[in-house]
Amino acid sequence: MKIINFFKSFLLLDFLKAFYLAQKYFFRKKATINYPFEKGKLSPRFRGEHALRRYPSGEERCIGCKLCEAVCPAQAITIETQPRDDGTRRTLRYDIDMVKCIYCGLCEESCPVDAIVQGPNFEFTTETRKELYYTKEKLLENGDRWETVIAENLEADAKYR
Amino acid sequence: MVNLAQTYFIEVMTIILYCLLIFVPLLLGVVMALYADRKIWAAVQKRRGPNVVGPYGLFQVPADGLKFIFKEIILPDGSDKTVFLIAPIITLALSIAAWAVVPVQAGLVLANINVGILYIFAISSLGVYGILMAGWSSNSKYPFFGALRSAAQMVSYEVSIGFVIITVLLCVGSLNLTEIVMAQNTMWFFIPLFPMFIVFFISALAETNRPPFDLPEAESELVAGYQTEYSGMPFVLFMFGEYINILLMCAMTTILFLGGWLPPIDIYPLNAIPGFVWFLLKVTFVFYLFAMVKAFVPRYRYDQLMRLGWKVFLPLSLFAVVATSSILFFFNIAPGM
Repeated sequence: MKIINFFKSFLLLDFLKAFYLAQKYFFRKKATINYPFEKGKLSPRFRGEHALRRYPSGEERCIGCKLCEAVCPAQAITIETQPRDDGTRRTLRYDIDMVKCIYCGLCEESCPVDAIVQGPNFEFTTETRKELYYTKEKLLENGDRWETVIAENLEADAKYR
Repeated sequence: MVNLAQTYFIEVMTIILYCLLIFVPLLLGVVMALYADRKIWAAVQKRRGPNVVGPYGLFQVPADGLKFIFKEIILPDGSDKTVFLIAPIITLALSIAAWAVVPVQAGLVLANINVGILYIFAISSLGVYGILMAGWSSNSKYPFFGALRSAAQMVSYEVSIGFVIITVLLCVGSLNLTEIVMAQNTMWFFIPLFPMFIVFFISALAETNRPPFDLPEAESELVAGYQTEYSGMPFVLFMFGEYINILLMCAMTTILFLGGWLPPIDIYPLNAIPGFVWFLLKVTFVFYLFAMVKAFVPRYRYDQLMRLGWKVFLPLSLFAVVATSSILFFFNIAPGM
């Protein structure tokens, strides 16, 4: 046995095998994607950047029930409400601290009117911390921008809820 | 007086031109080698490697170089500043100096000296000084350990490299690199001296601190070894020196064992191709092997490295010297006798 091992190590058999294997993998299809130019497929349940949605009429969905604020485990959401002139309750402030947020998706789960959702966008890096304190305006703007995709995703996921 | 200045001017200019003739192709070679290294490594791991900057990512290395040029050169507080800055310069200068005697084609060599191989051996042995100085002057533990390891490693593998070179020289009968290549006209030396070819290749890996023998810069233990405290331009100099050394070792393998600029078979379409193209192709091939080894061999433990150097390669190459010289003597085919 020792003699066999001796010859094995002297003939560099392991290395020749490894070289053959490496050479085989050399020509294999790449496992990585060309990231900034092509992106991986995302599940409809993907929990990315937050967005506040509107009704098709343009009326904002959020009724200021503060369920999301209460459920948020990181306490990243701050809401202030006030009755509007027509008697409905609306939010004055709806701030999410994206630095605190742990992207658990509980705000989305708890929302009775599907107002706050987590969209498919995951590329929202900023150069300053300040830009990551999202305000109501920023969230509504996100909602307007991603509405088509978010609606599709919600519909695709609806039957599992 | 004017005449004197003129002659000196012309002389100096020719010397500078010669320097550029070596330096510019080497610079390009290093850029390509760095790129090829990363690409091959990536391909084996099913990754893409650099592919964004320029066509096929070809400009990635120049871009990295530019980045380093604009970075701050940090001088550690407790370091010996003079030695700290001289060390990378020595490494680079020595690695370039060794290229002066490398023939890329018959007659196409800067200095066709009689003791070319000794010169290369001497210069590349001096290379360890740059690393030692870097490790010592950084005044920090990781560079120090890296330098110690590097020195020990380079010294031990230089011994076996020396014996391998002696076996080749026995078959040639000359220390001139051009004559070493010409002696392989009938048969490249890697066929009769195949075991020595393997020993030389592996020792060259150890000599240039390439994986699997990159213990001096083992990032899992020593951060980056002797380069730890370096940043900006000095770091680039080290990097360049290292890669020029790697290319030099590839060229040495080509010259000693793969027939230098000679075509594989001396028939018409092959020997019409200029010699330096063959030389380049062979160096590329050896570098490819270097890069592949990096991709599939895990790093050796330090005691394994030393065991391989002193207990396997040294006896093996010593035996080869004795065996080769005995065969050459008894069959009376030793050249130059």
